[in-house]
Amino acid sequence: MNRFAELLDRLVLTPARNGKLTLLTDYFRTVEDPDRGYALAAITGDLSIAAVKPAMLRMLITERMDPVLFGYSYDYVGDLAETVSLVWPDPPPHQKPNHEPTLGEVVSALQSASRSDGPTVLARLLDSASIEARFAIIKLVTGGLRIGVSARLAKQALADFGKVDVSEIEELWHGLKAPYTELFAWLEGKAPKPEKAAKALFRPVMLSNPVEDRDLEKLDPADYAAEWKWDGIRVQAVSESGIRRLYSRTGDDVSGAFPDLVDAMDFSAALDGELLVGDPVHATGTFSDLQQRLNRKTVSPKIRDRFPAFMRCYDILQFGEEDLRPLPFTERRKRLEAFIATLDPARFDLSPLAPFSSWDALNDMRTHPPHPVIEGVMLKRLDSPYLAGRPKGPWFKWKRDPHTVDAVLMYAQRGHGKRSSFYSDYTFGVWSGPTGEEELVPVGKAYFGFTDEELKQIDKYVRDNTIERFGPVRSVRADRDNGLVLEVAFEGLNRSTRHKSGVAMRFPRISRLRWDKPTAEADHIETLQALLD
Amino acid sequence: MRPRDLLCPKPGGLYCAPGDFYIDPVRPVPRALITHGHSDHARSGHGSVLATRQTLDIMGLRYGEEFAGTTQEAVLGETVNVNGVAVTFHPAGHVLGSAQICVEHEGMRIVASGDYKRQPDATCLPFEPIRCDVFITEATFGLPVFRHPPDTNEIAKLIKSTEQFPERAHLVGAYALGKAQRVVRLLRDSGYGKPIYIHGAMATLCEYYQSEGIDLGDLRPATVEGGSKSDFAGAIVVGPSSAFADRWARRFPDPISSFASGWMRIRQRAKQGGVELPLIISDHADWDELLETIVETGASEIWVTHGREEALVRWCELQGISAKALHLVGYEDEAD
Repeated sequence: MNRFAELLDRLVLTPARNGKLTLLTDYFRTVEDPDRGYALAAITGDLSIAAVKPAMLRMLITERMDPVLFGYSYDYVGDLAETVSLVWPDPPPHQKPNHEPTLGEVVSALQSASRSDGPTVLARLLDSASIEARFAIIKLVTGGLRIGVSARLAKQALADFGKVDVSEIEELWHGLKAPYTELFAWLEGKAPKPEKAAKALFRPVMLSNPVEDRDLEKLDPADYAAEWKWDGIRVQAVSESGIRRLYSRTGDDVSGAFPDLVDAMDFSAALDGELLVGDPVHATGTFSDLQQRLNRKTVSPKIRDRFPAFMRCYDILQFGEEDLRPLPFTERRKRLEAFIATLDPARFDLSPLAPFSSWDALNDMRTHPPHPVIEGVMLKRLDSPYLAGRPKGPWFKWKRDPHTVDAVLMYAQRGHGKRSSFYSDYTFGVWSGPTGEEELVPVGKAYFGFTDEELKQIDKYVRDNTIERFGPVRSVRADRDNGLVLEVAFEGLNRSTRHKSGVAMRFPRISRLRWDKPTAEADHIETLQALLD
Repeated sequence: MRPRDLLCPKPGGLYCAPGDFYIDPVRPVPRALITHGHSDHARSGHGSVLATRQTLDIMGLRYGEEFAGTTQEAVLGETVNVNGVAVTFHPAGHVLGSAQICVEHEGMRIVASGDYKRQPDATCLPFEPIRCDVFITEATFGLPVFRHPPDTNEIAKLIKSTEQFPERAHLVGAYALGKAQRVVRLLRDSGYGKPIYIHGAMATLCEYYQSEGIDLGDLRPATVEGGSKSDFAGAIVVGPSSAFADRWARRFPDPISSFASGWMRIRQRAKQGGVELPLIISDHADWDELLETIVETGASEIWVTHGREEALVRWCELQGISAKALHLVGYEDEAD
């Protein structure tokens, strides 16, 4: 348990992706079965343990210590799981179990506990564990590790560990169960690859490369089909032998949030497409609308009626028993068109092709799309099979130019690793309020888009113009006469109730430093609000 | 005699009226007794200073030889008469030279702990519990949440990280007096034999520790003269944490920021400070040590100073021990 606890503690404080991967692969290498498999399941969210409510935790601790002292402690720490793990009294030596439980033992004790003896089982585990392990145990039972590691990153670590492609892991994933012993045995070269026994498995998705400066001049437009790039989320709908699953691009099962769409999957096939909301014929909803339905485990009928989900289909990967992925795009497209015609038109439609004559004509279509929920065009080579990953050549994405706004630098935060002595994360704002009483309101945060040389310049600017410090954050002088204007590029804007400004940017990055521009000429919030409608 | 007739808090610090002296005064006074060399306890400009030889040496290194009008060495365990008050210094286990000060007069004995800890520390003498009527305890970590793990566990984490990330420099923030040397010594005792790089601000004190017979091994200045960034790949660099946020740290390759402090017990503290590898190593007593020490002194009255006083006072009340907070000002909460 202590090794798992240490891993969690390191992961939560390690910001860099590569650092997290190193920590995970080291853990998989040094920890044996079944512990490493349960750790993996805990991180990917595939471990089911009956949840313990915070009130129960509070009751357990105040039975064991003075409530006033607990109150002082909780006020200071602010996190219930952490406070309880720290103040939990060690039982007297003669009552303390002489064995610290392993992660496997903790998981099996918690999984076999009934609702009534759950608290007793938890208390006994806490009695026998170290402080660090207590924290990990409480995190397991209260749900949500919140360590900044996605299921996708954990799968990447498995791939690094076994020196296989991550798509192989994604393809197998939903057929496997904790503690994943056969998976680890394969990754260590001790056993053959696990059989894909389960039905309706995820197929690794084919991804595209962005069109770079000189890419197109070498290519013949006649070799490619173009279609619109819709601004929703990429999904895969798989239905096989009565099992229906809707997967995200990275193979996470998102079926639970879209029962309306899953209900309509009464077929035997695997489809690739864009998840959108609204009415496919008359009113395709925006990404903001779609967000009403994302990241939910369940969805209320009200929300479901207001934002019905549908899938705009790009490709067909499987039909009945037949794997269509080796067929060329044109063949698959014919099969797709014929197949979509048989489905519920309120839930499935076809992403139309966009015929074009030259790259210049396509460029014009890209920059003036016929629908606001289009974010560019996709190019697909007519003879290309459906390949896992991001092969260079067969598929390209060519996005609409980003939006830009001139904002004023307000706060800067120190980075990590190579950037630990640089102020490299910037919060910026735009003007809000009536003339003469304008105030800056923060609208976003960005930490890339600038060169190393520009980073040095901004860092110096931040240090020379600091007006306040809070830990690693500095507040930078920014008013009508002083401050640094940043041109910020972003992909889109969502309404936000979390931000004072009411807007949240998608993929904001610094596109230019406007040393020349007076802060008073930076944009107003109204400019952004206009983009919302 | 009532305890407060022997020692009482004044704006300048803890004052002994019968002996006419202050303990760890925060402003210049004619006569000062100093528990240890940290700058919030040991200030310059007093008329006379009574302290252990090592504390006097450290004050001399920090403030120059003229830091006080006159100085007098207190030998541990030997009683000195100060204006008719019997004063004895006992080891406190905090940093090199640190002492508790026992003050006795007309049958009343009060021990002022200064800062102390109970975990073993190879860089200073261990704390000795002294029976007394009144024990004045510090409370830097006076909350039940502060429970320091064994320091060897924490050092093992640091060594493991240098093996996991051999291409990155490990920058360990540590207080220049005491903590820095303890961290180095812990590394040595755990078998870490490579050179350890230190920030210039720590060089003098590290040399002093070495001259006092505390072996710190191969210490080198953390400078890049004649070398390159890659020389620090996988290296451990010890310095004040303020330096790591500064441009000074740009000489190191993709650094991992680490910090050795009791505050690192609280995850949010580590997170807010941008610390990637917190090391819970403290020179102050944790909650369990505070309670154990209060019991061992047998004191019937506890005075609590600098730190989180209310929790310790509450605990004493629950045990039926009379306790009060002194509310002395001028001692840094953060100095660990």
